[in-house]
Amino acid sequence: MPVDTGYAGRQYPPTAAFEVGREHLRSFAAAVGAQHPAHTDLEAARALGHADVVAPPTFAVVVAQRAEAQLFEDPAAGIDFSRVVHADERFTHHRPIHAGDRLVTVLHVDAIVERAGMAMITTRAEIAAEGGEAVATVVSTLAVRPEEA
Amino acid sequence: MAPRLADLEVGQEIARAEVVVDRARLVRYAAASGDFNPIHWNDRVAVAVGLPGVIAHGMWTMGAAIGPVVEWLGDPGLVTDYQVRFTRPVPVPDPGAATVEVVAVIGVLDEAAGTARVDLTVTVEGQRVLGKAQAVVRLH
Repeated sequence: MPVDTGYAGRQYPPTAAFEVGREHLRSFAAAVGAQHPAHTDLEAARALGHADVVAPPTFAVVVAQRAEAQLFEDPAAGIDFSRVVHADERFTHHRPIHAGDRLVTVLHVDAIVERAGMAMITTRAEIAAEGGEAVATVVSTLAVRPEEA
Repeated sequence: MAPRLADLEVGQEIARAEVVVDRARLVRYAAASGDFNPIHWNDRVAVAVGLPGVIAHGMWTMGAAIGPVVEWLGDPGLVTDYQVRFTRPVPVPDPGAATVEVVAVIGVLDEAAGTARVDLTVTVEGQRVLGKAQAVVRLH
């Protein structure tokens, strides 16, 4: 089944809150080899003026991918994940993410473009604090390879 | 000492690092990120979809490449923008490991905005694995 280009322009309702935990930030930092102590050590983070340990710059992908699942796990969208390749990714941080944050995401499908049988899907996750404060914007483009003839 | 905008020059190298990635690290990243796509831990599945074998998560490579910049900056909260294109997969052998080399250079200085653009060259065995890898950082 081909990707349904009619999903372009769609906006999903806000997700349930994602609770950012200290241990989650510590394990994410360890996995990517992020060695700055502000990711793991509360005192080091506070010494820099942060309220709690600070997320590595790409941690927002974890939050964004929860929201993106609304599109990718929708069978009607026709996206076969085994044929998906990540093309590009961009994070814009309006403020750092800290342990203790409760983040709500609104997913936008900015574009679905077909090119030589390949579907390029661009999503934008607008991540905000529960009170509405903008936290991060995550723009991701995935390429879906055509099925073998 | 945190770097200061006034002390920087375009073209200046600000960080250089090697990050080693083995299968255990990919499993760790899968758990921490929630990305359990089997092409990042199962050779059989990776080969079936046309890959040479298990490859690193692109998002792992992106996350690993910014670490040396954060250490140079002195505060992870000062990275305001970070983008990459995924241009080439990073195969991770078993047994063994792949080594990702990161070189970070000042690309643009914007004194009015108080920011610098850091351009990253990220290679494995001399071949670029990320394209247009750029971070914008705030400096004092």
